[in-house]
Amino acid sequence: MPDFVQLFIALVVAAITYGTPLLFGTLGEILTEKSGNLNLGVEGIMFMGGALGLGGVFYYEKAVSVPNGILAVLIGMVCAFIAGAIASLIFSFITITLRANQNVTGLALAIFGTGIGQFAGEYMRIQEGGYISISNELKVFFINSPFPQALQDLPYVGNILFGNSIFFYLGILLAVAMFLYFGRSRSGLHLRAVGESPATADAAGISVTRYKYLATVIGGGISAIGGMVYITTIAGCVWNHEGLSGVGWLAVALVIFCLWRPLNAIWGSVLFGALMILYLRLALPFIPTQLYKILPYVVTVIVLIFSSMRNNKEKQPPASLGLSYFREDR
Amino acid sequence: METVCAIEMRNITKRFGSVTANDHINFRLNRGEILALLGENGSGKTTLMNMLSGIYFPDEGEIFVNGKPVSIRSPKDAYDNGIGMIHQHYKLVDVFTAAENIVLGLHESGRLDIKAVNEKVRAICEKYGFDIDPTQKIYDMSVSQKQTVEIVKVLYRGADILILDEPTAVLTPQETEKLFSILRSMKADGKAIVIITHKLHEVMELSDRVAVLRKGASIGTVATCETSPQALTDMMVGHAVTLNIQRPQYEHPEKRLELQGITCFDAEGVKKLDDVSFTAMGGEILGIAGIAGSGQKELLEAIAGLYPVASGSIRYSPAGREPSDLVGKTPMQIKKAGVAMAFVPEDRLGMGLVGSMGMTGNMMLRSWRKGKGAFVNSRDPNELARQVWKELDVVTPSTEFPVRRMSGGNVQKVLVGREIASAPSVLMTAYAVRGLDINTSYTIYNLLTEQKMKGVAVIFVGEDLDVLLELCDRILVLCGGKVSGVVDGRTASKEEIGLLMTRVGGKEAE
Amino acid sequence: MNPETKTPLVRLAKREAMEPWKAWCIRIGSILLALVLGGLLIAALGKNPLAAYGTILDGSLGRASALRQTAKIAIPLLGTALAIAPCFKMRFWNIGAEGQITAGAIAASYFALFWVDKVPSALLLVIMGLSGALAGGLWALIPAFFKARWNTNETLFTLMMNYIIIGVVRWLQGGPWEGRPGSQIIPQFDSAACLPKVFGVHCGWIIVLILVVFIYIYMRYTKHGYEIAVIGDSVNTARYAGMNVGRVIMRTMFLSGAISGLVGFIVASGADNTLHDGVAAGVGFTAITVAWLAQLNPFAMIAISGMLAILSKGADTLHTRMDVPASISDIITGMLLFCMLGCEFFINYRLIFRGGKSSPEAPDGKEAVKHA
Repeated sequence: MPDFVQLFIALVVAAITYGTPLLFGTLGEILTEKSGNLNLGVEGIMFMGGALGLGGVFYYEKAVSVPNGILAVLIGMVCAFIAGAIASLIFSFITITLRANQNVTGLALAIFGTGIGQFAGEYMRIQEGGYISISNELKVFFINSPFPQALQDLPYVGNILFGNSIFFYLGILLAVAMFLYFGRSRSGLHLRAVGESPATADAAGISVTRYKYLATVIGGGISAIGGMVYITTIAGCVWNHEGLSGVGWLAVALVIFCLWRPLNAIWGSVLFGALMILYLRLALPFIPTQLYKILPYVVTVIVLIFSSMRNNKEKQPPASLGLSYFREDR
Repeated sequence: METVCAIEMRNITKRFGSVTANDHINFRLNRGEILALLGENGSGKTTLMNMLSGIYFPDEGEIFVNGKPVSIRSPKDAYDNGIGMIHQHYKLVDVFTAAENIVLGLHESGRLDIKAVNEKVRAICEKYGFDIDPTQKIYDMSVSQKQTVEIVKVLYRGADILILDEPTAVLTPQETEKLFSILRSMKADGKAIVIITHKLHEVMELSDRVAVLRKGASIGTVATCETSPQALTDMMVGHAVTLNIQRPQYEHPEKRLELQGITCFDAEGVKKLDDVSFTAMGGEILGIAGIAGSGQKELLEAIAGLYPVASGSIRYSPAGREPSDLVGKTPMQIKKAGVAMAFVPEDRLGMGLVGSMGMTGNMMLRSWRKGKGAFVNSRDPNELARQVWKELDVVTPSTEFPVRRMSGGNVQKVLVGREIASAPSVLMTAYAVRGLDINTSYTIYNLLTEQKMKGVAVIFVGEDLDVLLELCDRILVLCGGKVSGVVDGRTASKEEIGLLMTRVGGKEAE
Repeated sequence: MNPETKTPLVRLAKREAMEPWKAWCIRIGSILLALVLGGLLIAALGKNPLAAYGTILDGSLGRASALRQTAKIAIPLLGTALAIAPCFKMRFWNIGAEGQITAGAIAASYFALFWVDKVPSALLLVIMGLSGALAGGLWALIPAFFKARWNTNETLFTLMMNYIIIGVVRWLQGGPWEGRPGSQIIPQFDSAACLPKVFGVHCGWIIVLILVVFIYIYMRYTKHGYEIAVIGDSVNTARYAGMNVGRVIMRTMFLSGAISGLVGFIVASGADNTLHDGVAAGVGFTAITVAWLAQLNPFAMIAISGMLAILSKGADTLHTRMDVPASISDIITGMLLFCMLGCEFFINYRLIFRGGKSSPEAPDGKEAVKHA
């Protein structure tokens, strides 16, 4: 294999690794925003998911003598999901039931969530005396591919298609499931109606409040899994808030970039993941490496501008995004 | 053929606070007929039908569907009884296809099979001759197509009793014709149809029977073939009531505003004003009568520079100054030239008032740019606010109390008071007494008359014909964006105006 | 037929008005609730909540040096909240203050680094301040232009702009402006480029207090302030009154960005004495909540930003003295914000319980008119 092909394969694999946490963060936020809720607290949610997901796995390993790898992965995901769901429940209660401003509440959640995440991380460190980490035997279940080695060894495509962590494949499954849910199911249709025009949905007998709560809480849970994936696959199963910081905001950007479509999120997250690590792999002359990192945000802004200029109805945010609904306001 | 009763409403009463919207109304609808529910604005037509569609619940009375007593508490209950209503404001999701909108909210079991839905929608369309594509998105549709989607939505849910609220208000004549032929074919299919309207020619053309409401009370039901537009107008408007509004004569009226062939289109390209020409004199009140949505709002906004004029001219001759054309000027320039507008929209705020500010802040809306420097002059507006407060008896704790929290009558006093205080030479008001009690209304009438006696050209858009006849010197009648006649307020009769408003008048009446 | 059976257990109605003292009681109650929740958290860690709160107060206000530290935290918070107020009054959701601060800091740093030996200190500081304001303003003007022209979603746009400019700082840090090669750090400013101290704190506090008065007057008594208020209430009414809405949006955003940029200059020159990617350090976001909770009232912002600064500084002391993670300040801040955001609901809405006193029907017959 020529060198540049090897380089390219290595780049794609790394991009997928860095894109997978984003994929979860983005899919969760897409679900939330489809219901008309703009939850800017993703950053905080992913912090909580990262710290508590890691904590869940750590204490599970500590509690049992022979830990089961698959169970550990599941425990990590469930702990992260619950943490994110609780955070989103707070957001939902304040914005849906108490009708507070979504932007401000989302930012408050970002502050609160990063606080909880760091607090939990530090607290565990103090309790356990030193950095908490997961044993190497368990780590492999998080990092390694679930596919047999033979498939991974296929020339050219093996590593790209089959060499990624289990979370990437779960993320793809989730994206496809969400695509089918939005486009093919009755409930998905109702959810989109709630996000586009809550008054219409209400008149059609759809419970706006129930859909908004469920979408936001489940969406928050999914986003939180992204935080856990970052900590366990990229940060080496050690609490590392500096690495995680900014991933949540990038997920918010990615939601716009992929125009609120789950399938776009798959390649969008890999692309954003590539932009995050490109500076390590591909040093181009005259382009400062640090400027690669702002590319995701720049392209998002461009997408935002173009979609508003062309005013294509299919490429707009859900029409009621960011607004709270009160029936008597009609 | 034997008539089968689809709906019967007995002694229905509905009150909103102190206002009785429906007063012991009896109503009957048969299968296989089109019934027109006729009445002026505010006569309680929509309220009555909303009790069938599950929006409101009656305070008193009973409803029978197919002879059985029923209780309709929600739109879903209405559908369960086979009743579907097409409201004036469509409830559709823009980015969904027609079919997706049609099945929205249906809780059928199983997964959503949009192909099957498309087929079913196509079948309904074929049966009645609708012309929509179930896979087309709503944002790509014309108003009449959207209406069709609403009708199909109702039929899809199995309704065989259809209520249409002012279905032709937004349609072109050709689209109206198409709708009517569809309604006739549905009638032939045995459906029962109610159309709420105040257009007499449609009633005559389409309906089998007419039920007339006036001021919340049922006036009677007649077979269309046994009545005439004249008789229906009499039932609808009632006998003239004497109001005793002062109407002094101004000695030296002079031309102030001369409109020539004003034509306007809305954003969708629908003609809203069609070759409108008239003259408004200083020292007279020119009334503008017409069914709601005949172009009153657009006319006033066009003069004020807020609505784009496609063609025509507006010649403005202020006292002692050079005449000029207002078309093409900005709202600010027109306002500065002395043209004031007090438009009271349906929600009363929205245009012309700032809800979160008090009287002072709202008075400032006309004067905020006056004076040099960066600061607003709040002393003059405050004085003005106090003056309006005192002279018009506005009920408010202070001049800083947000107008949004004031009651409707007081909000209107603030709005009208401000426009009068700007000492305009043309004063336009629309629905200035909307929802006001008698005494407050008289205050406003007197204010307008006072302005007239100062030589101001007053344009008064009103809903109540009795008021127009006693307040105005001349009355211009709009119908479908056209001037259908100008009559003398002192000699015209209510019937005459009523006929002009519904287009049965004009040449045909002579 | 009894319509009562359909009435839900709790219904909502908009409140007409609540006496100010009652509203303030609810707000203060919500702060107390948040402190109780925070206390429970501290108790769950096995520490005495009262002692912890005592430590927070003592650590932030107890000594002059602590007080100065607290003031240093409050200054950018207050300044940025002031910057955001006009935008929010206009219902323009500028959440890009973080980036506007950074843009201002970059411009100020340029002059601090490269003009220090060309002009005298006082003039240099003026140039730094002006260039910071200009840079912040221009950075804010970009999303405002697209909003005015194409109605581009400003919430998402301003959010993205934050990370773009922070990325630029990272590049400057590691590239053109890097001090010692490989350090990834921009050198400290010469003392001529640092804000002088007054009462032991850099004189940014004076600038910010002047800004409080300025914004108060600007919002209440000027033509600009009036235009902003009208547009925030109803764009239709603003057009009716002959206002150029797009121009006001751009002008207001420029002002907002300029003040944020000035804050950036104050932080870089007064507090950090250098430029780094954390120059805004989340202040842009926290300040949004400060502005919102203060109901956009500049004087209330002093109190709220002070409160958050006390929590932040006090939590550091709590960390050193009682071994509680310092991030507890973020958690208590978050709870405080949640409670205060939520409590506005009880000020604006009335709960009507089934079987309770029914609401008086629309007093002016509004309802009837609307539907008749």
